[in-house]
Amino acid sequence: MIKPGITAVALLLLNYTTYASEKSVQDIVNSASATAYYQGQDGKAQVKMTITDALGRERKREFTILRTDIEDQDNREQKYYVLFNRPSDVHRMVLMVWKNINTDDDRWLYLPALDLVKRIAANNGRNSFVGSHFYYEDVSGRNPNADAHALIEETDQYYIVESKPKKPQSVEFSRYITWIEKTKYIPIKTEFYDHNNEKYRSYAALKVENIEGWPTVVKASMEDHLRGGKTELTYNSIKYDVALPETIFTERYLRNPPHQYLH
Amino acid sequence: MRLLCLCITVLFFSPLQAETNNIEPPLPEGLTDTKTEKPSAFGKSSRRKLSTTGFLEGRGGTRFQTDDHEDQTSISELRLQVENQWQTDPATFQLTTDFIYDDLENDRDIDLDRGEGWIDLREANVLIHPTSFIDLKVGRQILTWGTGDLVFINDLFPKDFVSFFVGRDSEYLKTPSDAARISLFSHAVNLDIAYTPRFDADRFISGKRLSYFNTELGRITGQDAIIEPKFPQDDETAVRVYRNLKNFEVAAYFYDGYWKSPVGQTTSGKAFFPALTVWGISLRGPVKGGILSTELGYYDSRDDPDGDNPLVPNSEWRYLVGYEREVLPELTVGFQYYAERINDYDAFRKSQPVNNQQDDRTRHVVTVRLTKLTFNQNLVLSAFNFWSPNQEDGYLRLNASYKFTDNWYAEIGSNNFYGDNESNFFGQFKDNSNIFVSIRRSF
Repeated sequence: MIKPGITAVALLLLNYTTYASEKSVQDIVNSASATAYYQGQDGKAQVKMTITDALGRERKREFTILRTDIEDQDNREQKYYVLFNRPSDVHRMVLMVWKNINTDDDRWLYLPALDLVKRIAANNGRNSFVGSHFYYEDVSGRNPNADAHALIEETDQYYIVESKPKKPQSVEFSRYITWIEKTKYIPIKTEFYDHNNEKYRSYAALKVENIEGWPTVVKASMEDHLRGGKTELTYNSIKYDVALPETIFTERYLRNPPHQYLH
Repeated sequence: MRLLCLCITVLFFSPLQAETNNIEPPLPEGLTDTKTEKPSAFGKSSRRKLSTTGFLEGRGGTRFQTDDHEDQTSISELRLQVENQWQTDPATFQLTTDFIYDDLENDRDIDLDRGEGWIDLREANVLIHPTSFIDLKVGRQILTWGTGDLVFINDLFPKDFVSFFVGRDSEYLKTPSDAARISLFSHAVNLDIAYTPRFDADRFISGKRLSYFNTELGRITGQDAIIEPKFPQDDETAVRVYRNLKNFEVAAYFYDGYWKSPVGQTTSGKAFFPALTVWGISLRGPVKGGILSTELGYYDSRDDPDGDNPLVPNSEWRYLVGYEREVLPELTVGFQYYAERINDYDAFRKSQPVNNQQDDRTRHVVTVRLTKLTFNQNLVLSAFNFWSPNQEDGYLRLNASYKFTDNWYAEIGSNNFYGDNESNFFGQFKDNSNIFVSIRRSF
């Protein structure tokens, strides 16, 4: 009579475990998204980008990025302001993004030589960010609820999560796998698979620093396995909670950059 | 050696990922030891900053066909642009100067207003913030507003159609104003006032570089009949009130000044800039994954209040509806419908000579833009077509540009005007159709 009892308990436990991991995988992904994109109420950084194409030719970008979380909510709306410095043909150009959760993002581009505030159609975030191998979504974060997540393995250091798009026709990937570091919820590696189930791009966090108490990826890369080439991003002069007024993210500051917040 | 050990450790001791066929990544630098907190590097740098950028460019182009009134070469120039910006706490100074060797120009005397000679001063201004809700920019500056794509209704700031049509970089479509721009910001609305003490005209088509239909002579003319108009010495004012309604931008506009090109004629046959007041509104925002733009303007031609003066343009309504969206990755398509509708049409008809061919009340224009980015956005292919279905003329701009490196950039393009009626808006420029190439080194 003991055996069935144990089985029953084991089954109960098993059920519970399955339930718990199903319940928590979304929490893990939410925490990872919050760590990667929402630390502090706002933040700023100087970014250097090195884009290497399949033939090894390098191109560089330098820009300052400002970010604020609306009402300081993780995994909700944000606003981004990107002022380009280099190369010189994009000097003084500004990109502004209002990241929305339930609708497409709003994007503006300011072209200083024409004093032109242009609105950019942004029907998804899966486009190259300034010609790099990073997509807009890689820079500003993908909505954690856009994909269905499954915890496929847990190691000593990582949660390994497989994510499949809820709307497969809207994206170029069929699934991606993320290694999330367990103590700080930092995504260390992400591999994207296309519709032929071929791995075609991968992200890697290369260096992490503890900045003002926030574990922060300060160097990362994105590699294109199909065409070759990769982009390396380095964040410098990172600062959190700089009390950026939300008005910074308006047309006024596209034309006249808020230098007191940028240097 | 350590790296090798790490790799071996990872290879041998990581659990095999049957599903992913992948190896567990090593922890990145910084996660193995996070005890040391790195102080923020901000707050150390001075806010005073001087930056200098610019480019050196060569550009050449030729007409496809001979033009009896113009040179075969449509453009041949060397250009050095130097852009200086100096930021201090109270003010930002901007100075952008173009130094030009123009092979088609014999007269190298500098005329900063008309952009003639070996210097074209693009920007020379100072920006200050007298209070937290005011921006003030004074001096030579480029000014732009409105929602059209290469179609301007409420943007009555000066433009350079010669540069645009002969194939200079698109930044030269806008010419600077010598103005004060005061901007006031509030939660309810924002207000922009651009005051230009002395009217700044378009760098209009005068016949010097591009042939055009001369209404007085009733034929195509060019260097044989260069327009030398009388310039107003008075001021002009442009106002915009705008705000966001969620993610839509709404704006209302007002302009008081003159037609930007010398479209009027005195009874003695001298071209002049008739008085003009414009009222308008616009709305722009996201619709179904694209951007919808609409704009409306009423052009009150004050020197022809009843619309019966044949030598001055009639008052007009101008309106625009546009939609742009990305249809495939890195391929954007934009459509616009634009119209100019004569207000006092009966009076206009009566005032025209009997044999006048321009009998349409409305000029309809449809534009299509295709932009494709490829090779990591280093190659940009674009086509822009203006076409008037009722006047049966149009203008096709084709352009391919490639960034060889961050500093070297080349461009090839062509401007194609078509239409059988030589007095129509685009048809008159048919003999100016051209092809051009350029190479640029940025610094």
